[in-house]
Amino acid sequence: MRFSIYRYNPEKDTKPYMQDFDLDVVEHSCFMVLDALMAIKNNLDDTVTFRRSCREGVCGSDGMNINGKNRLACTTHLSTLSEPIVIRPLPAMPVVRDLVIDMTQFYQQYEKIKPYLQNSEPAPAKERLQSPEERAKLDGLYECILCACCSTACPSFWWNPDKYVGPAGLLQAYRFISDSRDTEQKDRLADLTDPFSVFRCRGIMNCIDVCPKGLNPLKAINHIKELMLDEGI
Amino acid sequence: MTVATHTFDAIIVGGGGAGLRASLELAQSGLRTAVISKVFPTRSHTVSAQGGVNAALGNMDGHDDWRWHMYDTVMGSDFLGDQDAIEYMCKQAPESIYELEHMGLPFSRTEAGKIYQRAFGGQTRHFGGELAHRTCCAEDRTGHAMLHTLYQKNIEAKTQFFNEWFAIDLVRANAGIAGVMAMCIETGEVVFLKSRATILATGGAGRIFQATTNAHINTGDGFGMALRAGLPLQDMEFWQFHPTGIYGAGVLITEGSRGEGGYLVNKSGERYMERYAPHLKDLACRDVVARSSIIEVREGRGVGPQGDHVLLKLDHLGEEVINKRLPGIRDLAITFAGVDPIKDPIPVIPTCHYLMGGIPTNIHGQALTMDENGQDKIVQGLYAAGECACVSVHGANRLGANSLLDLIVFGRAAGKHFQQSVREGLDFCEATRDDIDHALQRLRRWNENEKGESVDTIRSELQKVMQTDFGVFRTAEHMSEGFKKLSLLRDRLTHAAIKDKSNQFNTSRIEALELDNLMATALSTAYLANERTESRGAHARYDFPERDDQHWLKHSIYFENGRIAFRSINMKPSEVEPIKLQAREQ
Repeated sequence: MRFSIYRYNPEKDTKPYMQDFDLDVVEHSCFMVLDALMAIKNNLDDTVTFRRSCREGVCGSDGMNINGKNRLACTTHLSTLSEPIVIRPLPAMPVVRDLVIDMTQFYQQYEKIKPYLQNSEPAPAKERLQSPEERAKLDGLYECILCACCSTACPSFWWNPDKYVGPAGLLQAYRFISDSRDTEQKDRLADLTDPFSVFRCRGIMNCIDVCPKGLNPLKAINHIKELMLDEGI
Repeated sequence: MTVATHTFDAIIVGGGGAGLRASLELAQSGLRTAVISKVFPTRSHTVSAQGGVNAALGNMDGHDDWRWHMYDTVMGSDFLGDQDAIEYMCKQAPESIYELEHMGLPFSRTEAGKIYQRAFGGQTRHFGGELAHRTCCAEDRTGHAMLHTLYQKNIEAKTQFFNEWFAIDLVRANAGIAGVMAMCIETGEVVFLKSRATILATGGAGRIFQATTNAHINTGDGFGMALRAGLPLQDMEFWQFHPTGIYGAGVLITEGSRGEGGYLVNKSGERYMERYAPHLKDLACRDVVARSSIIEVREGRGVGPQGDHVLLKLDHLGEEVINKRLPGIRDLAITFAGVDPIKDPIPVIPTCHYLMGGIPTNIHGQALTMDENGQDKIVQGLYAAGECACVSVHGANRLGANSLLDLIVFGRAAGKHFQQSVREGLDFCEATRDDIDHALQRLRRWNENEKGESVDTIRSELQKVMQTDFGVFRTAEHMSEGFKKLSLLRDRLTHAAIKDKSNQFNTSRIEALELDNLMATALSTAYLANERTESRGAHARYDFPERDDQHWLKHSIYFENGRIAFRSINMKPSEVEPIKLQAREQ
């Protein structure tokens, strides 16, 4: 199988380039893109650089652009891809080396929405009660793995990565807004009223298309906007 | 090499559950603390934990008691667990869970709005009676929910993180541990992080085996660092093989799937655990279930063209239960086994999952070594918590959902004790230039070795040896064979080389440094497994099939120079009667 991989090592390359590798994926028992990348690193070229950890789609380390779509290397079956398999870093972020991007801005947007439960009332001796229905509102939100596939697929985030929170951050904003145990819903909404944080979303829906966990950030963003109207913010 | 020094009160090595729970404890203390993590914290392996976390809340069964939880944990440990530590953990469990709930962990709920609890392996009521529902969960993504919640609370607490920094070695001074040498992965910069205490929370080392549920990053970094600093490891022969790793891929399918009513079948469709463990059946302890599955395969009742695995049947639970309680494992089964558990059983096989042993500590997380007279001695400036530590609450076999509990209880305990130690005047250990230089030796070796075998060659062979000779069932013959092969590999490792010498995000160099740690871990396992001539918990031998309390009711201790020693097991809980030695359901 032929792989065309984005290469850039700032220590020696003046500009990035694509490099082809031919790998016998049967001989190396490769089923997923990550298996192939590891086989290339172990057998053909140990300088090929990428992040990886859990290899089962829950840690979010190996988001990359594979045949033009952002996805996780570890859960993308080679059998679903056409050759040559073109692997690039997630788009629109600074490249540290090869497939490793600098995620600083992505994390800053996440931190900006105060991604932690806030509750101004004293904690009870036991758990705070939450009905199954209230808890169900967090489904489809809390499962985010911060892989950045969505935000780096979003043209609005490409233009304003410093001001637009982006789909991943907004999904988490809505996760806390929706939590019956959080008391700061109004402040959370008020924090997002500037022209950029949430309103840069243009409903392009790339985020839904690429999310490897099947989550729907756009729906969360629309709920945030609706709540702003409801609350008169 | 001259290196910069950064000074902190405490350095936490590892950004998984234990590290983040410890850092949270310290963040508001006013002490200067930092977490260094070789991956961004939410990429740590805690994220992969699925089934849940145990605490005797009694939300399902009307009433539960931490003493029953303690009994189950001691029985599960096959009496190798320290009863003072198990008592502490089980008693602290409810409060620790409520804390996490208050932090925002999205637990699943009962109709009454309480934390939902499921059945799990080895959990009973009334000291060995009917099955208990004690495992608090967030669907089947409890580790993910816990790790993200802890990271989120650390953001709120403004914890200082060195993300994608790799700990090379501890700096050992005369009096104790002076800090840690660390490398920024992105730039290759090396610094000395000097601290009053280093808290190791480096997790497990499942990557010493070919087939493992563990992430690629689980390379036993804390074990390598402790051994090279002259400190011992304890009970390293006790590796847990999880009964349900996906056949071929190794990916974990939670025990919670059996807790929700799933069961294992052989090629005739027989629910064989009824035969091996009539009382707890598929929810017997993991070591028991794993051995039963291997026996089924060995006796020709395995499934598939090679007859080399078994099946986990879930379809009878119905689509609703699977989607509501086990959505994550449904995804995993579809992705990695190509089967939808709503319709078809999942092919599974016992797979390396967890190390019960580790750096010996007391219940405050303080690392222990042994003086010349074989007495415990506290190592100044060093703590350990989580899977890299051996308190020992898991003994010879860990109960499912006790590992997440271990992380939060002892991560917190280490953080609390460290603060108290500082108040009582815990000072820095001053390192000499030589001490610092010593901790850079192996980095220098990898930087300087020009030609040699590749990291992958040696790592693959190491994993093969461990898989073949130190698996679910062990014999002296296989182990001594394996031991010889490992010794040769150790020598070859000193001449291995990496081609990539660049500084910027050099993952080849990180993998090389990790390989040193895998080797150190594998050797400690080989030494101690060979030594222990009995079967206890997860250490099962064909040549010594019985538990031998007369000779082996003791912890084993290993030093890097090959010295082996023993420590007594604590049978003195502080407020309840000790649980007396007895046989387990096998």
